[in-house]
Amino acid sequence: MNPIKTFTKGGVHPEENKLSAHMPIQDFPMPKQLIVPLGQCLGAPADCIVKKGDRVLTGQLIGTAKGFVSANVHSPATGTVAKVDVVMDHTGYYKPAVFIDREEQDEWAEGILVTDELLTDIKLDGKAIIDKVKECGIVGMGGATFPTHVKLMVPEGKKAEYVIINAAECEPYLTCDFRLLLEKTQEFLMGVKIVMKAVGTDKGIIGIEANKMEAIELLDKTINEHKDLYSGIEVQPLKTKYPQGGEKQLIKAVTGREVPSGKLPIETGCVVVNVASTYAIYEAIQKNKPLIERVVTVTGKSVKHPSNFRVRFGVPADLLIEAAGGLPDDITDVINGGPMMGKSVSVTSFPVMKGTSGILLMTLHEAQDRRVTNCIRCGRCAIACPMGLQPFLLHKVAKHNDFDETEKNHIMDCIECGSCEFTCPANIPLLDYIRYGKAKTGAIIRARNQK
Amino acid sequence: MNKYTISGSPHVHSTENTQKIMYRVILALVPALLVAIYYFGWYALRLTIVSVAACMLTEWLIQKFLVKGPLTINDGSAALTGLLLAFNVPANLPIWMVIAGSVFAIGVGKMAFGGLGKNPFNPALVGRVFMLVSFPTAMTTWPQAQPFFDKGFFADAVTGPTPLGILKESGVGTLAEMGDMQFLDMVLGNRGGAFGEVCAIALILGAIYLLCRKVIEIVTPLTILLTVFIFTGICHLINPTQFIAPWYHLIYGGLILGAFFMATDMVTSPMTIRGKILFGFGIGVITVVIRLWGAYPEGVSFAILIMNALTPLINKAFKPYVFGVVKPSKK
Repeated sequence: MNPIKTFTKGGVHPEENKLSAHMPIQDFPMPKQLIVPLGQCLGAPADCIVKKGDRVLTGQLIGTAKGFVSANVHSPATGTVAKVDVVMDHTGYYKPAVFIDREEQDEWAEGILVTDELLTDIKLDGKAIIDKVKECGIVGMGGATFPTHVKLMVPEGKKAEYVIINAAECEPYLTCDFRLLLEKTQEFLMGVKIVMKAVGTDKGIIGIEANKMEAIELLDKTINEHKDLYSGIEVQPLKTKYPQGGEKQLIKAVTGREVPSGKLPIETGCVVVNVASTYAIYEAIQKNKPLIERVVTVTGKSVKHPSNFRVRFGVPADLLIEAAGGLPDDITDVINGGPMMGKSVSVTSFPVMKGTSGILLMTLHEAQDRRVTNCIRCGRCAIACPMGLQPFLLHKVAKHNDFDETEKNHIMDCIECGSCEFTCPANIPLLDYIRYGKAKTGAIIRARNQK
Repeated sequence: MNKYTISGSPHVHSTENTQKIMYRVILALVPALLVAIYYFGWYALRLTIVSVAACMLTEWLIQKFLVKGPLTINDGSAALTGLLLAFNVPANLPIWMVIAGSVFAIGVGKMAFGGLGKNPFNPALVGRVFMLVSFPTAMTTWPQAQPFFDKGFFADAVTGPTPLGILKESGVGTLAEMGDMQFLDMVLGNRGGAFGEVCAIALILGAIYLLCRKVIEIVTPLTILLTVFIFTGICHLINPTQFIAPWYHLIYGGLILGAFFMATDMVTSPMTIRGKILFGFGIGVITVVIRLWGAYPEGVSFAILIMNALTPLINKAFKPYVFGVVKPSKK
C-alpha cells in the first residue's frame, strides 16, 4: 500500500457516519411510472425527441444534448410516453420531464449488450471513446453533474499526465462509491483503463480515503493479480479529512500540484473522474449501455435500514425511503446528497437523477438551526478553509454588498465545501452569504468580460 | 407540501460554540484561582466573586436597558473578563475599586464597541489599566503570598514589593538578598504580585488543557515567551549585574498569564499564523522594554494593549495564502 497522503491546507473532520457501508447494493424494483427529467446535468437541459404515445425501449435516446455543456438523456425503461410535462425536482423548481408508463419486461434498445461478463478488450480509440461517452450521456456522478465528455477532451496544447479517480467519498454518510468499488471492482478498473486511453496517458491513480481500507486492499489485490490488465493503475490512500474529494484538493493530495486560481484541473496535467462515472464509462464503452441507472445511498441516523440501491433514473425518492424502512417521525431535513454539500429538498417525491448520490434523512437534533451569535474573530473558518480564503471577511463584505472587496478577496475561488460554516463556533451561516456574494460577483465579472 | 426545512449546505455542524470556548478558558483558570486562594486567602476569593459578579451585572444592565438587544450573559464571556480582571489586581484592593474597574472593563472596553467580538482591546486589560492609572497606589501595593495554614483564611494581608518591583527599584543584588531568586518558590507562586499571576505551574496546567482542547494556539504564547527570553538573555549576557537572567523574566510578573490567557484572546489578536508571530514578537519586545527601561516595573498589559491596537493592521497585512495563487497580486 502506498503511504497515506492528504491536501495541506485547511479541512475538517465531521463524524463519518457511514451507516450503510456494509449493505450490499440491491436492485431497486421499478414502479409503474418513471418520471425522467430532461435536465440532469450541470448545463442546458436536453431537447425532448419523443412525444406522448411513443413507445420507448430501455436505453433509447429520448433527449438530445443542447449545446456544448449538456448531456443526452435515455429512457431508463421500456414503455409508453404518458406525457411530456414538468416535475418538481430536487431543486424545488418545476422542470421538463418525460413520464413513461412502464411495461413489465425490459426490452433493450438496439446495440446494447446485456451481460454480466467482464469485457476486457478495449476496441475503441481515444476519440471514439469520448464520442461514445458523450452519446451515452455520462456526467460527473459525485453530485456536480458536469458532462464527462467535456472533461475528457484535453484542450489543444495541453497534455494529460494523470487520470485521477475520485474515490475519496469524503462526504459523511454516503457509501455508494464504496459499495461499487467492492462489488464491481474489475469493471471499475477497466473503466479506469478506458479513461486513461481516452485522454492518452498510461498513469491512473485512484485516490481513496483511508476509512475505506476494505476497498483499498481489494483494489490493490486485484491490480496485483491482473498485472497485464491493469498496468499503470495505482491506488493512493488518502487521509480521512473533508474535503479530500474536492477536485483541487484531490489533485494537490495525489500529485502535490495546485490548480491555479480560476483555471481548470488540466493545467496541472490531471483529469479527475468520479467512481460511479468511471463505472458508467465502462458500461458505455464495453456494453454500449447509456447512463440510465446509478447507486443511491439512502441513509440517516434514525433510518431503519440504511441501504444502497441500484436505481433507474426517474424513480421517485419516496419509494426509496419506503424501502429503507420508511420515513422516521423525527425527520426535519431531507438532503439530496451528503450532509456537507447536498441540497435540502422540500418534498420527497423528486425523481432520482444522474447526480443523486444519496438521500439523507436528518433528525432535528442533527440538523437543527443553532442560535447565531457574534463573530468572535477566532479565525477558525480561515484555518478550516481548504482554499486559503477568509470566510469571516467574505461573509461581512458580501453582507454589505461590497462586491469589489469580495472579488479582491478571491470569493470566486470558494468551492462551497462548507468547512467554514461547519467549524464556526458562533454558528454564522457563512456559506449562505458567500454563495450570495459569489453569485453576484460572478455576474459582475461575466458582464465586464462581455464588454 | 413544504414539510421539510430548506437550508443551505452544510447541514451538519461541529459541536463547538462560543459558550463552550469561554467556559473552557474559565475552567483552565481554576487551578490558578485555587492556588491564589491558598496564598491570599479570603481576599482573593472575595475579589474574584465581586469582580465576576460586577462584570456580569454590568453587561446584563447594558444589554437589558441600553442596547435592548438579546441577552448573552450566559455565554461566559463577561464572567471570563471578570475572572481575568481579578487575576490582575492585588488581592487586598478595596472592593469598590474592583467594581469600578469591572464597570469600565465591560462598559467601555467591551459594550461601547458593540459587545462580544467587536471590542478592539482586551476588556480585562482595559479595566486593569484604568485602575492602574486611577488608583496608582492601591494598584501597586502588593500583598505577599502567605499559605493559609500558616496565618489562617482571613489573615490580614502583609504587603511588600514584587520581584519586578525590587528589580526596578534596587537591582539584581537586592533581589537575591531578599530571597526572591528561589526559582522553585517563584514557580509555585510563593511571592508578591497580582493573585492570579503568581503561580506559573497552575497557569501552565490550564494552558496545556486549552492547547489540548484547541481553544488556544501555541503560536502567540510561544513567540512572546521566546522573544522575552532571547531579548532579556542578550541583556543578561551583556551585563549580568544589571540585568537578571532571562528565566526569571519568564516567571516574574504576569507574563505567563498574559501570554497564555490574554494575548490569545481570539477577538483581539490576529488570525493568521504569521500575524500571530508578529503580534507575539511585538508583545515580547514592548514588555521587555518597559520592564528594563520603562517607568513601570511590569509591562505585559501595556504591551498586549498596544499590540491589540495594531491587530487590524496586522490582519490586513498578513492574509492567508490563497490556494492556487502563486504570487499575491500587487496593487
